[in-house]
Amino acid sequence: MKILIPTPLRPYAEKRASVEVPARTVGEALHTLTANNPELRRHLFSDDGRLRAFVNLYLNDEDVRYLEKENTPVGEGDTLSIVPSIAGGRISRGR
Amino acid sequence: MAAILGTPAVTLALSNEEILRYSRHLIMPEVAMEGQQKLKAARILCIGAGGLGSPVALYLAAAGVGTLGLVDFDVVDFTNLQRQVIHTTADVGRKKLDSAAEKIAAINPHVSVRPFETRLNSENALELFREFDLVVDGTDNFPTRYLVNDACVLSGKPNVYASIFRFEGQASVFATEAGPCYRCLYPEPPPPGLVPSCAEGGVLGILPGLLGVIQATEAIKLVLGFGDPLIGRLLLVDAQTMRFRELRLRKNPECPVCGPRRTITQLIDYEHFCGIRGQEGPPSHRVPEIEPEELKHLQECGEDVFVLDVREPHEYQIVNLGGHLIPLNELPRRMHELDSSREIVVHCRSGARSGRAAEFLQQAGFRKVKNLRGGILAWADRIDRSLPKY
Repeated sequence: MKILIPTPLRPYAEKRASVEVPARTVGEALHTLTANNPELRRHLFSDDGRLRAFVNLYLNDEDVRYLEKENTPVGEGDTLSIVPSIAGGRISRGR
Repeated sequence: MAAILGTPAVTLALSNEEILRYSRHLIMPEVAMEGQQKLKAARILCIGAGGLGSPVALYLAAAGVGTLGLVDFDVVDFTNLQRQVIHTTADVGRKKLDSAAEKIAAINPHVSVRPFETRLNSENALELFREFDLVVDGTDNFPTRYLVNDACVLSGKPNVYASIFRFEGQASVFATEAGPCYRCLYPEPPPPGLVPSCAEGGVLGILPGLLGVIQATEAIKLVLGFGDPLIGRLLLVDAQTMRFRELRLRKNPECPVCGPRRTITQLIDYEHFCGIRGQEGPPSHRVPEIEPEELKHLQECGEDVFVLDVREPHEYQIVNLGGHLIPLNELPRRMHELDSSREIVVHCRSGARSGRAAEFLQQAGFRKVKNLRGGILAWADRIDRSLPKY
């Protein structure tokens, strides 16, 4: 399946916009993606291994929270989008 | 579509001059006289007169929105001009509100501008929102985004949302009665420092233009009550590939602000919620800092100081202090290039990334590492004024 990497996370994924991984579930796909990439893993999962609350996963155009979350089955032609929250502008000086 | 906004209480007649001005609207059956009068009666509040707020304000003014509120407390600077098209070179140093109000009046004198020179906060948001029909979120930080969302939900005003990063953007319409809100999509903000800001990551100048025009379009559609608004849909824009994708958003039944078992019934402390405390100061208190003057003095005395630059190579090309370049991301695997017995001064652009780098090195066992306070910007201000700043 194809995983789309958003711009803010590309520095942690060899600057790639998408990767193809073999997987049966959403969880497996993420595991394969982050297996050799601890920095990317840190951005997607908290220390206790839970997906971070500001990162959303969409299988095709549907939020996996409303499917079977990480256990959602995936097929070869599916696309998994990682959609993190972005604020724009600066973080350190509030408006 | 069903009307999201109620019918305006008063019908405002158009003058002959306005009829001529809006003729291309008036001959469209989707707008016509009735729609143009709705626009004239509409009161839209735009939070921020920056990258997103510029096109929003310019287009809403041109379209004939009767009352345009603007919230901003910033001053125009040179780095704004690459994308904040409502401000001009001559406006540098002026309040963004003054500059924006002047442009709006020049485009359309029939618009009443209501400037609010204030930082939107939990104390003033609800009172401000009460006087408007809908809110356009053109802010640039997480605390204000959550504040705008919650205040919109609590006051029943649609939140026309967009945000941008480098060449990617997101847009949606939140906080309508039937649709999801920003918290349904993202219950919590990222911890500070994990997601880079535009000031660190940059932004393609046209991107806020693209997204701001989408916001203005949605705002006008909501006022007119036509078409399919971006409710329950998240539009993703990638300017690099010029692909527009759309994701389905649902109202989260567990949403703490708009769900049936809501726990947030009044505005909270958003700086605290987003974990931003003491961000004005140095990123870490554990890492010692060095002032530019001290570093200059050490170098002049011939002391052995190793300068480490943790910016990106393209930043190094703009300006550098001749330091050894290892971008922050590469530091963990290139640490062997450093000698822990030497004095190391780490710097970046303004001191944030180098603070993280210095902390990382300290944890890795480096004892003689200091962070250059204020980065190369402070050096350019105080030591070598011939250097460019970016």
